[in-house]
Amino acid sequence: MKRYRKTLQTAGKLFLMLLILLFIYAPLAWLLLSSVSTRADLLATPPRWIPEHPTLQNYRNILIPGTAVSEVARTFKYTLANSFLVATVTTVICLFVGSLAAYALARLRMKYRDAIFMGILSVRMIPEISLVIPLYVAAAFLGWRDKPIILIVTYLSFALPFAIWMLTTFFETVPIELEDAALIDGSSRLGTLFRVVLPVAAPGIVSTALFTFLLAWDEFFFALLFTSTIQAKTVPVAIAEFTGRYAVDITAMMTGGVLAALPPVILALIFQRYIVSGLSAGAVKG
Amino acid sequence: MTQASIPRKTLNLRQQEMRDGMWMLLPGILIIFIITLIPVLYTFVLSFTNTPLSNPRPQDFVGLANYLAFLKSQQFWQAIWRTFYFTVVSVGAELVLGLAIASLIHSRPPGWKFLRTSLIIPWAVPTIVNGALWRWIYNADYGALNGLLMSLGLITKYRAWLTEPATAMNLVIIADIWHSLPFVVLILQAALATIPVEMEAAAAVDGATAWQRFWLIRIPLLQPAILVALIIRTVEAFRVFDIIYVITQGGPAFGTVTISYLTYLESFSYGHLGSGSAMSFLISLFTLAMALIYIRLFYRPEVRA
Repeated sequence: MKRYRKTLQTAGKLFLMLLILLFIYAPLAWLLLSSVSTRADLLATPPRWIPEHPTLQNYRNILIPGTAVSEVARTFKYTLANSFLVATVTTVICLFVGSLAAYALARLRMKYRDAIFMGILSVRMIPEISLVIPLYVAAAFLGWRDKPIILIVTYLSFALPFAIWMLTTFFETVPIELEDAALIDGSSRLGTLFRVVLPVAAPGIVSTALFTFLLAWDEFFFALLFTSTIQAKTVPVAIAEFTGRYAVDITAMMTGGVLAALPPVILALIFQRYIVSGLSAGAVKG
Repeated sequence: MTQASIPRKTLNLRQQEMRDGMWMLLPGILIIFIITLIPVLYTFVLSFTNTPLSNPRPQDFVGLANYLAFLKSQQFWQAIWRTFYFTVVSVGAELVLGLAIASLIHSRPPGWKFLRTSLIIPWAVPTIVNGALWRWIYNADYGALNGLLMSLGLITKYRAWLTEPATAMNLVIIADIWHSLPFVVLILQAALATIPVEMEAAAAVDGATAWQRFWLIRIPLLQPAILVALIIRTVEAFRVFDIIYVITQGGPAFGTVTISYLTYLESFSYGHLGSGSAMSFLISLFTLAMALIYIRLFYRPEVRA
């Protein structure tokens, strides 16, 4: 009887898991299938779940654009490049500036240390909408509108407090004896940070880099307001533009969606264990 | 983790430590100061003016007029109400489902690792892609939702899902849950893994039912993680913008205009920087309040999490 109950329980759990997996994968499958469908296949009623004529033409249209495709599709790959540039530079700055600050916060005895740390925690929660008006004015004043630099600078507003906070929690786990030994041997504070602390805290650095990159890659609001051409426009803006008010270029939008989702999804899957450890440290992607 | 209580170095070294620390903090603090605190203060100043977007120098001071206008503005209160609704429903659903799914994973059924890995995917998909995808799913003429319900025989003719305000809002919430639920599950699941197995086992030996073990042991031990998820998701949901921009553009009939969206419209579509600033300052205040709660709960100076 007990064994029978156990089997039943497992069967119930498996059923629940199946439902959850369905909820996760059905939309993803629809995204992928739409991206390899022809327009005719997509606009069939009732929908053809499996396209009759699967094609990679949509990807070709975006990656090796001919003349027949829309402006947004033609320029999509430039927005991919912009996204990479902005997210990478933001991440590098955050790691560099963030490590210095986090080391001071985690290790050095200072006045107001707790106040500073909590200030950073609060800043991390300020929504973009609360900052955007002055930043918009400043961007116009500096002539930075539609340039990648405005995105890099404004992305620091959420990415840097986040990186400092996350790195601080990781640095606190590095055994202090290691540093003391280095300091006694005459290593400078910066030398100790770069030669002793950073290598030991490497998993934390990877984790922070990953979260920061994903945050920057995901950002939409500043990019929407501060960029307008392929000079600086990022992928999320390009995807939003596929949904014009009257015509929606579904195949291009879904293909663009797959291309935009691939880098973060691949990174997240490769570095899975860093994500789980980052989340356990209380880390959070916006 | 800190070494505050043990005097490790002489006073002189200690002063040097302070100085080093200040230099190391300086770049970060300076950047944060310039790109966040100054803008918040500038927004505060603008909120007492009627500055137009076309000429954004603070001008035409009107005192508290912008704030007082909100009291009478139906649009404002409706946006607040919608934001409240969005936040409560989506965060509430995420916590309940998140707790259930985390418990399911924790009980290690066959394939739990695959489930955990799968959850990472919707979390990593960019918010805008998520929005675009669900917009296409909800499409009135060719969308998957209509197709699915039709082939299951649940509807007899295609429906235009996004033309009715309340339905549109709920559908946006479902899209948001798809993206955010995994985050809650992963946080709770990581916290569950740290609870000693012996506690629940001992309670079971003492005759506690599964239900009692869940409410009397698991929930209290999970409380910190639940609060982290609750506060962070509340702050995020309260500022929701991206997904609404892509799925409904605030429509139909302003039915999905939340407070962030209204601030965006007010500032950048209608060009009223003054009242837009007032709204965005109110959002800052709310966020600050949430941040203070968060800090009080988790970062008492003597025991940092």
